[in-house]
Amino acid sequence: MLWLLFFLVTAIHAELCQPDAKNAFKVRLSIKTALGDKAYVWDANEEYLFKAMIAFSMRKVPNRGTTDISHVLVCNVTQRVSFWFVVTDPSKNHTLPADEIQLAVRMNRNRINNAFSLNDQTLEFLKIPSTLAPPTDPSVPIWIIIFGVIFCIVIVAITLLVLSGIWQRRRKNKGPSEVDDVEDKCENTITIENGISSDSMDMKGWHINDTFMTEDERLTPL
Amino acid sequence: MEKARPLWANPLQFVFACISYAVGLGNVWRFPYLCQMYGGGSFLVPYLIMLVVEGMPLLYLELAVGQRMRQGSIGAWRSISPYLSGVGVASVVVSFFLSMYYNVINAWAFWYLFHSFQDPLPWSHCPLNSNHTGYDEECELASSTQYFWYRKTLNISPSIQESGSVQWEPALCLVLAWLAVYLCILRGTASTGKVVYFTASLPYCVLIIYLVRGLTLHGATNGLAYMFTPKMEQLANPKAWINAATQIFFSLGLGFGSLIAFASYNEPSSNCQRHAVVVSLINSATSIFASVVTFSIYGFKATFNYESCLNKVILLLTNAFDLEDGFLTASNLEQVKGYLASTYPSQYNEVFPQIKNCSLEAELDTAVQGTGLAFIVYTEAIKNMEVSQLWSVLYFFMLLMLGIGSMLGNTAAILTPLTDSKAISRRLPKEAISGLLCLVSCVIGMVFTTEAGNYWFDIFNDYAATLSLLLIVLVEIGAVCYVYGLRSRFASDLQAMTGRPLNWYWKVMWAGVSPLIIISLLLFYLSDYILTGTLRYQAWDASQGQLVTKDYPTYALVVIGLLVASSTMCIPLVALAAFILRCLKRGGGTTSEV
Repeated sequence: MLWLLFFLVTAIHAELCQPDAKNAFKVRLSIKTALGDKAYVWDANEEYLFKAMIAFSMRKVPNRGTTDISHVLVCNVTQRVSFWFVVTDPSKNHTLPADEIQLAVRMNRNRINNAFSLNDQTLEFLKIPSTLAPPTDPSVPIWIIIFGVIFCIVIVAITLLVLSGIWQRRRKNKGPSEVDDVEDKCENTITIENGISSDSMDMKGWHINDTFMTEDERLTPL
Repeated sequence: MEKARPLWANPLQFVFACISYAVGLGNVWRFPYLCQMYGGGSFLVPYLIMLVVEGMPLLYLELAVGQRMRQGSIGAWRSISPYLSGVGVASVVVSFFLSMYYNVINAWAFWYLFHSFQDPLPWSHCPLNSNHTGYDEECELASSTQYFWYRKTLNISPSIQESGSVQWEPALCLVLAWLAVYLCILRGTASTGKVVYFTASLPYCVLIIYLVRGLTLHGATNGLAYMFTPKMEQLANPKAWINAATQIFFSLGLGFGSLIAFASYNEPSSNCQRHAVVVSLINSATSIFASVVTFSIYGFKATFNYESCLNKVILLLTNAFDLEDGFLTASNLEQVKGYLASTYPSQYNEVFPQIKNCSLEAELDTAVQGTGLAFIVYTEAIKNMEVSQLWSVLYFFMLLMLGIGSMLGNTAAILTPLTDSKAISRRLPKEAISGLLCLVSCVIGMVFTTEAGNYWFDIFNDYAATLSLLLIVLVEIGAVCYVYGLRSRFASDLQAMTGRPLNWYWKVMWAGVSPLIIISLLLFYLSDYILTGTLRYQAWDASQGQLVTKDYPTYALVVIGLLVASSTMCIPLVALAAFILRCLKRGGGTTSEV
């Protein structure tokens, strides 16, 4: 009699939890990829933890506060590691609708991931999309700040150079007119003493024309 | 009172200025492409031959002309013969076109540099689509680096006809780029001479750092082995020789007038022969050095993509057949595939269409040049390195230094004739002339920041300088050898300047070999343009996420024609004008020799 009941229960369970059954979800874990050397083996204890996490998530859904571990059925565990699971109602005759399970898992995805030290990519619930992280946009884009800094530095440098150039030119315009008078006086004295002095020609270098011009000016009155 | 011509503070500044000008973006993004396309290690043979036969003689010629005439390009050629000042004018026109579009590259480099200070890098992941359910469609079809370049940086339109509006972000960067250039050329050789210390040496520092990092990357040796294995049969391909000659010619920046301008600020007695040899050798060595770095980065990127592809296939098979996690590896993949195909044929056939054939050679074979290499391929490699922000900042800083160094030469080519001409320099100070040039170029350069700007950039890049420069340099050699007189005057001038006689090698090259090479290059380009019929361009198709080929509309072809004509026609037109002026003067009865 007991054996009969046992077979009946397992038969019902087998019908409820099957690959591609109604309201069933496939779960895929990539433990070795995520943890490498520290990977743990998937055994019955890990399965128990998984059932507990799913029951915990379902309990957080309104009206499902009485979900128990025995209501979560797991089947078709493969080497991958992948398996299918369903959540039944307290009577264990029907499975809970997929929407509620999806909602529960999405709300608690982080807690489930952390329980297994995995993330959204290594603990996959097929058909339950993970919410993508929203982009973190700072209020002022960073590049504008750096642009502004470099721009100001360049503008300041240009202004300094231009201003110093103007200032230097003003000094040169005032300076050479005084120096020129002194040079002319020197040339006057030298010419009177020595005729055409080679010094004055060397001083002006390329400006031999100017030397001749000044000589003409001096000679004409004579 | 005549002012003494400003001079370089020491000969090292002159050499650095030439290196900074010649070593530019072409060394980094064109030479590795050519090396890959034309036989890897064996491309070095035509390259080095062309360097000795074409590069060094032409460079020496320009430096010698500049140093002897001590004027910018217009004045220098006018001193040789009044009918030839058109050559100088053509050089200035080509330099003006070049400076207009070249600085846009610096603007892009600034843009990427500023965006490198974020974690994670903005081109490393796709942005979410409008309702946050997945990634942006265009980004999924293309790759995240392509998306960032075509959509975020350029915001490119589907064709050249749809010009769109000026994008304010690249426009701001362009303004900054021109301000930076203005800052460097503001004081003439006094400021340029100091800036070139940095723009010439900093790129080498970054290249060395990248060399060390690149060689230690996983998979770098794959790239190096693949690229440098010589494919000797390419030596028989005439295109390899033509491209080697073209690369040497354009890489040294001949014909723009920049080298003449730089050399005109030299002491008359400086040894320009040694400078020419040194600069051309350093330029070629930098190209080869940069290609080693580029190939190791290629190897890393190709290996990374190949391994990602393999991992995707492994994941697909593991999930489809529920195999144990970690069972499938790259080494047993083929065996297991065979086993699965035989054991579960129906399931395998379902999965088979999705299995991609991963090939390392196919990844290595993707040859890219130009802005695509610099801004798409390199960024893709950088985003996979550790501490990618640091590598990104270094890399774009190097691009910026290379670009600004070349811009200094371009602007010098335009400014030197302007400041030499007394009519202009008496009315305006040097700072105002440079400022006006930067302002005009910046305003016109806004065209390149519109949505179709990149297509106009490609037009300028491909057609503004190529034919015109070949013609200009050909006329230059002809002028020096046959109008001025190679044996009679030029050789004796050089001997008087430098104090040693002109080597027979240079005479042979100038009189015979180099002009022949240039004529054959000209003929090849002309026949290539004529044979291909209509000119076509690559447009970005957002719906497919890739480039498609389109024909240029008529007005774009007209612009291309104008670009080429406006510089080449200067030579005969100015000669004609000089002839007419001379006739008028003679007819007027004045006998004074100007």
